[in-house]
Amino acid sequence: MNFEFSADQMQLKDIARKFLEKEESVKRARNVLEGEASYDEDLWSQIIEMGFTATAIPEEYGGLGLGYLELCVIAEELGRSLAPTPFSSSVYLASEAIINFGDESQKESFLPGLASGEKIGAFAHSETNTSPTEANISCSFSGGTLSGTKIAVADGDVANTFIVTANNGSGVSLYLVDGTADGIQIEPQTTLDPSRSHASITFSNTPATELKSEWSDVLSLLDRAAVLFSFEQLGGAEACMDMAKEYAMGRYAFGRSIASFQAIKHKLADMFIAVELARSNCYYGAWALSTDAPELPTAAATCRVSASQAFHECSKENIQTHGGMGFTWEFDCHLYYRRCRQLAANIGSQSIWKDKLIGSLERANQI
Amino acid sequence: MDFNDTPEEAKFRKEAYEWLASNAELKEGPKDSWRASSEEEGLNQVKVWQKKLHEGGWACLHWPKTYGGRESTPIERVIWGQEVSKFKVPGGYLEIGQGMAGPVMMMYATEEQKERYLPPLATGEEIWCQLFSEPAAGSDVAGIKTKAELDGDTWTINGQKVWTSGAHFSDYGILVTRSDPSAPKHKGLTFFFVDMKSPGIEVKPIKQISGGANFNEVYFTDVKIPDSQRLGAVGDGWKVSLTTLMNERLAVGDASGPDFEEAFSLARGQDLNGKLAIENDSVREKLADWYCQQSGLKYAKYRNISALSRGETPGPQSSITKIVSGNKLQEIANFGLDMLDSAGILRTDEEGAEQSMYQYGFYGAAGIRIAGGTDEILKNIISEQVLGMPQDMRADKGLPFNEIPTGNK
Repeated sequence: MNFEFSADQMQLKDIARKFLEKEESVKRARNVLEGEASYDEDLWSQIIEMGFTATAIPEEYGGLGLGYLELCVIAEELGRSLAPTPFSSSVYLASEAIINFGDESQKESFLPGLASGEKIGAFAHSETNTSPTEANISCSFSGGTLSGTKIAVADGDVANTFIVTANNGSGVSLYLVDGTADGIQIEPQTTLDPSRSHASITFSNTPATELKSEWSDVLSLLDRAAVLFSFEQLGGAEACMDMAKEYAMGRYAFGRSIASFQAIKHKLADMFIAVELARSNCYYGAWALSTDAPELPTAAATCRVSASQAFHECSKENIQTHGGMGFTWEFDCHLYYRRCRQLAANIGSQSIWKDKLIGSLERANQI
Repeated sequence: MDFNDTPEEAKFRKEAYEWLASNAELKEGPKDSWRASSEEEGLNQVKVWQKKLHEGGWACLHWPKTYGGRESTPIERVIWGQEVSKFKVPGGYLEIGQGMAGPVMMMYATEEQKERYLPPLATGEEIWCQLFSEPAAGSDVAGIKTKAELDGDTWTINGQKVWTSGAHFSDYGILVTRSDPSAPKHKGLTFFFVDMKSPGIEVKPIKQISGGANFNEVYFTDVKIPDSQRLGAVGDGWKVSLTTLMNERLAVGDASGPDFEEAFSLARGQDLNGKLAIENDSVREKLADWYCQQSGLKYAKYRNISALSRGETPGPQSSITKIVSGNKLQEIANFGLDMLDSAGILRTDEEGAEQSMYQYGFYGAAGIRIAGGTDEILKNIISEQVLGMPQDMRADKGLPFNEIPTGNK
């Protein structure tokens, strides 16, 4: 049995971690949070230079043609370091949509730019404060143009390539919009995690092309992205556990390190349990994604639920372990707490993914 | 990343399967298992099967061949476990002897003792038990009081042990005692092995909340043990005990009983308020949580096996198994009974009935969360040994054992 990342993949992970530490990615997330910029352009250009955006894009379209396992280990490190860049939108969602559902000309026009970072992609899906379904998506496509409004589009204000879900009269498909097209109105939106920018986007008779897809493909795109987002959540969860431990070890109260109190130790043990379950489930997701296994819907939902739970547990209990200091602006705890919420919301809630998980098991069992 | 065997592993798996196929019966389904009509019958069948295993070269896989083992690698043990689980073979009774007493004898007994006592453990001819816990020493197992006094080259033992599995059918036991009550708690202990037929040993079953009696109290009244049966130095009993406690935590492992599959299948067939239970959102949410826990444990185990397969030491992920599976079992059992609405309180003893599976889970989970290290002790172990956090402050540190507060006036 070889249910582990290879030595090369672990080395890539190590390179990514050291690079993001050296570049003080967490500090940069704080700068974006506090400043005016939507993302850290300097870090983004270095990430591009490292080749991370090109990881899973096939070589014939300007990518590195490595696999999804490589992308998973990078995602974990980006999550651990809160990297404030449009990586997830551009790579897990936009690039994936075009790789999987684009025709030859769409791939040739967009993938090289997404690989080289010249293009930044975003996925415009949500419309209201309820989960998008095939029935409730009102954004429409007809006569080669899109119309409708999308909200809470991660990186919507910095992207120049949009993947949009819209109803064409017979169902919902994915559409590809070039950011230079007419009829695109972008309004930045304030969020709980300003280290990642979001926007509402209104399309008014905007020229678009269809990615050959239907609603089940939208779900499949979300499944693929869920595995990669889960690795970001896993990295974030583990970072919180490490922070909580380090703080507890050094903080003295009642004449002793608070790390010697069982109330704190058991809290840390609970974090460890959540992280280990999430890690094991993420590996299952990575395996399913990288091998295109029929279990992907089950594996994706499993790792999504498990990693969301772990990050939630660890980010909130990290603040709790820090006590009052954890509630200050100065400490980094809130950066993770915010990012946890952002990642938990971005491709659908816990309840939706739990329901999907049981649904996929029901279907698997019927066959 | 894959789930495949290496060529050597595949060869070993094939060899194991072929031997099993010609010596045992395949299970009819994943939940089909061996059952004995009584404890006596079970013990007999286990002994017969163990003898067969030994003759075939499949006993105590990791032991040296000299003592009846196979000198297998850790990954081969795992593969054997996977293959044997496909067959309906007798089990139980021997784990404590082979998993805990055997290793401690191998480390501390004399060569003659090893030659005398280890082979009958491998062949299943002799059964051993472990005499550690006491009424006032459970989680704090180093707080045992059973007294050992040396006169010439004979020790006299007086005291009481508790939670001793299989003491009533065991031939020998490993025993930890207090030889110096004036030394600090961990310093005054001495370790022995003892003939369970020695005069002065009295075994009484403990009735559990399930009504069954798998454990015993064992009373020692002026029991004589020759000094030659001491394992480790006088006063070094704690160090010797740790060898077996580490093995115990690995041995207890996964909780057995209804798991996600059972709960899922129950929910898909059970009416709940005029609809199938599976259509109820609260039910779906619980099922999803259990699935994620079960899946997390399964793939954590695969990560362990992968480490073994590479010849590496597995990571600390196995330390979460018992906590997660014990709590999950308790919740699933409660759910299974809850599904029956008011009738969930009615007891059935019908063998193999779905309801009785949840009833046993309901009782059993309460015990699993305690046996072999409580949830709380395991969380201490995770935080101290895995995360490197400091020990809690101890009120008994450095005190002579007989001056430690006990709560008794």
